Amino acid sequence: MSEMTQETVRAPSFGDKVVRVLKAIALMRESPVGMVGAGLVLFWVIMALIAPFAAPYDPNATMIPFQLPGTVAPDGGTFWFGTDLLGRDILSRVMWGAQTVLFYAPLATFCAYTVGIGMGLLAGYKMGWWDTILSRVADIVLSFPVMVLYVIVIAKFGASGINIVIAITFASAPAIMRIVRGLTLDVRARDYIGAAQTRGEGAWFIMLAEILPNVRGPLIVDACLRFGYVTITIGVLGFLGLGLPPPDPDWGGMINENRSMALSFPHMTVIPCIAISSLVLGFNLLADGLREISIKD
Amino acid sequence: MSETYDGPLLEIENLSISYYTRAGEIPAVVDFSLTLNAGESVGLVGESGCGKSTVAMAIMRYMGNNGGIVGGSIKFKGRDMVQLDDEELRKLRGSEIAMIYQEPMAALNPSMTVARQLMEVPITHDGVSEDEAWKRAVQMLADVHLPDPERVMNAYPHQISGGQQQRVVIAMALLSNPSLLLLDEPTTALDVTVEAGIVELIGELAQKFDTALLYISHNLGLMLEVCDRIGVMYSGEMVEEGRVNSIFTWPKHPYTHGLFGCIPLPHSDKNARPLMAIPGQLPLPHQRPQGCNFGPRCRFFGDGRCNAGDIRMDAVTTDEDPDHRVRCIRWNEIDHDEAIPKPDERPPIEIGEPVLIVEDMQKYYEITDNSLKALISGDRIKYVKANESITFKAGRSETVAIVGESGCGKSTFAKVLMGLETTTGGTVTLNNVEIGGLEVGNRTPEQLGSLQMVFQNPNDTLNPSHSVGFQIGRVIKKFGVESDPAKVKQRVFDLLDTVKLPRAFINRKPRQLSGGQKQRIGIARAFAGNPSTVIADEPISALDVSVAAAVTELLMDIQREHKTTLLFISHDLSAVRYLADRVVVMYLGQIMERGTTDEVFAPPYHPYTEALLSAVPIADPQVTKRRIVLEGNLPSVLNPPPGCPFATRCPRKLGDICDRERPPLREVEPRHVIACHIEVEELRKVPPVITVSEDYQKEVEDRLGS
Repeated sequence: MSEMTQETVRAPSFGDKVVRVLKAIALMRESPVGMVGAGLVLFWVIMALIAPFAAPYDPNATMIPFQLPGTVAPDGGTFWFGTDLLGRDILSRVMWGAQTVLFYAPLATFCAYTVGIGMGLLAGYKMGWWDTILSRVADIVLSFPVMVLYVIVIAKFGASGINIVIAITFASAPAIMRIVRGLTLDVRARDYIGAAQTRGEGAWFIMLAEILPNVRGPLIVDACLRFGYVTITIGVLGFLGLGLPPPDPDWGGMINENRSMALSFPHMTVIPCIAISSLVLGFNLLADGLREISIKD
Repeated sequence: MSETYDGPLLEIENLSISYYTRAGEIPAVVDFSLTLNAGESVGLVGESGCGKSTVAMAIMRYMGNNGGIVGGSIKFKGRDMVQLDDEELRKLRGSEIAMIYQEPMAALNPSMTVARQLMEVPITHDGVSEDEAWKRAVQMLADVHLPDPERVMNAYPHQISGGQQQRVVIAMALLSNPSLLLLDEPTTALDVTVEAGIVELIGELAQKFDTALLYISHNLGLMLEVCDRIGVMYSGEMVEEGRVNSIFTWPKHPYTHGLFGCIPLPHSDKNARPLMAIPGQLPLPHQRPQGCNFGPRCRFFGDGRCNAGDIRMDAVTTDEDPDHRVRCIRWNEIDHDEAIPKPDERPPIEIGEPVLIVEDMQKYYEITDNSLKALISGDRIKYVKANESITFKAGRSETVAIVGESGCGKSTFAKVLMGLETTTGGTVTLNNVEIGGLEVGNRTPEQLGSLQMVFQNPNDTLNPSHSVGFQIGRVIKKFGVESDPAKVKQRVFDLLDTVKLPRAFINRKPRQLSGGQKQRIGIARAFAGNPSTVIADEPISALDVSVAAAVTELLMDIQREHKTTLLFISHDLSAVRYLADRVVVMYLGQIMERGTTDEVFAPPYHPYTEALLSAVPIADPQVTKRRIVLEGNLPSVLNPPPGCPFATRCPRKLGDICDRERPPLREVEPRHVIACHIEVEELRKVPPVITVSEDYQKEVEDRLGS
């Protein structure tokens, strides 16, 4: 028997893995809510990607201010979403703004997760002093009003993309650490962790190779939700003038700049608002869909 | 209307139940019929996935949102449960039909006191006042023999022990005086001595309240003790039913027969009469074969007959039991007594020089008491004596069983051996190296590889994220057995061959394996570094009967081949009697008795050994047992009795001396030691707990001799 089966034993090829991932994505069809979410997110991703080619105007070019949506531009084109109070094309700014938010939101989330997962694994696996110290640090950060925290961090280091990432990492990592710590505490009691310890594995191997892959499910769902929060945060920071330095297009910043005209020219603020909320909604629905699928069997 | 009804209490006819999942319709139960009369107790046995719990859920009409009854009827007191609407069902559930689940802690609400949960039943179903409900609840707690019912009433579930919790659940189920009680593995999560108490209680209460019982379990021995009739289920079908005695004495279905071959009984022996596992695996519900579901695993399979079409239940006419029915078309042709192939006899094991020597080992945990009282008295540091003066030797090729209930310190002992904890006194010597104080990080790869462990829970033993090949390969590399990738792979193949799994499993993820297969991979992993000693921590207790038999045999074959010392940690005395050469009985961290298996299982016994032996159900009607039910609970390890640890529950307690002084170690034979205040001569007079009828003993010997 062994001779026969030996022929058929081969490692799964790259193709097999691709097929498996595609099958997992195909499961998404079972959740209409998740599909809507994925569609919204995908829409904005495409917008961000095609902005350099498809945006009708330079987002920072000042043309005729106070144009309503649909006005014909001097060069014969159309301001589909109108222009803002400096005369910039809102459609182009929204498209370029998508690029900003879809670059910084994943980057900030990724950094927050790297730090949060590291802290959570250490606290949950090592326990004892590690846990006490890391948990207390997390408690202190969490007990700070988040907005004040952002203002302090960015006021200290100045407004720039990287500082937004640092501020968001600083504020979100403790919450992620709490989740990872809880999941780790559960997994570390499993027999396979005992087996790894008794074959003399090091702590980092156990944390990264034995524990982390088994807590990924809830973390993926949480990451989707957190994308949404981070999107809002970037918007809020932009609104407060703590986002990207002007004149770069930034949805939050657009709302702030046109705030004074909100009543007479609502389109200037409503359009970036819709952009933010549809992306956040997209992430949240996607997270709901993923959770729904993961609990079904 | 129910007062005038005098037909059978429960009639299930041709019931079929399906679940709807992504993979499509999964038939969980097919063509199931059962009749239950008032006051009768009927058991359903079968391995996991056979549909026995689904039947119980269907009777309650509680099947989640993806299950449904696709055919047949369930009549309770003549009313068809399938037709009832939600309101009518609500009235029936909990008042006429009650259910007891496996996990008492999961059945009780942790945020409500016992009183509130119990009183809810009469208040909701009978509309009585709070005072009346309180009175009834206290009375019922007294009926389930809970000491001090008033105290229990005000306790939260976590404040009482597992056995007490299950008694509370039973009390809750009985409060509305149901006519039918469904018990789904009610004692599986409990220790054997606690189980014995609960089983006795259920029987007594069913008599007292004239309640019919539908008892679901995988434990055939338990069925024999509690049921009038039993039904054996296999792969969604009832394959055999009848009175307990006829099923146990003249089983007609090859599956039922196979099950009995898998259970270690008092007369089975690992050398002369090994267990006979059923070959193959339970088919998945959507891959059931045509005709007889058991066909592919059956030794009597007749092609063209057994797989021709659906097989109906047929009445067995060769015995006096009118209820005996079997789903086998060849039942009348097969003579099971003749057809049993004599299992291969194996030469006895030669036990070599001592490999593991444990001398006076102790493990204390230090805990700091932060209460005000401790602060004032200055007595802040307390010790949990998890292990106290553990002494024994294990030789090469020897199987030493460590027996005890939860909390006896056997897992702590395993942790110390594995280096996850260090001793606080005494010595542990493995291959002439002291390892008691050696943490796992300080052990050499050879030391690590020479002492490995097989874990209890098959679903936990493998990391779900990695392939089988990675997990075994990692061990091989880690222990420095091989480092070249091609050789590592070859070694993984060899190990898969050893545990009798196909080589293609190297790429499988654990979720693609069954419980028994996972446990085999766990064994392969433990033997990867050519260990001299393997600790098996309840390796079969989470497996189904037929799978457990195969895994047990496999483990012993490998052990025999590699001359490995096996430390078998278990609470299952039947398995221990079958495979162990020596037995160590532990209670509250101390050794109560140790000796060879024959010495421990025959008088003189330690009173605790005696109680344990009596508590284990034996699936053989020819065996009679003396019943000893232990009173009280396991004392807390934080505050153990100062004298003999067993004194608080011992039925043979002498008096004050047991409470005050540590019992002396009495050497009955060389290396047979009993820790008890009672003189050995007195203990010798105790009659054996288990007696096999003489005729039967002769019959077994004849059969073996022929």
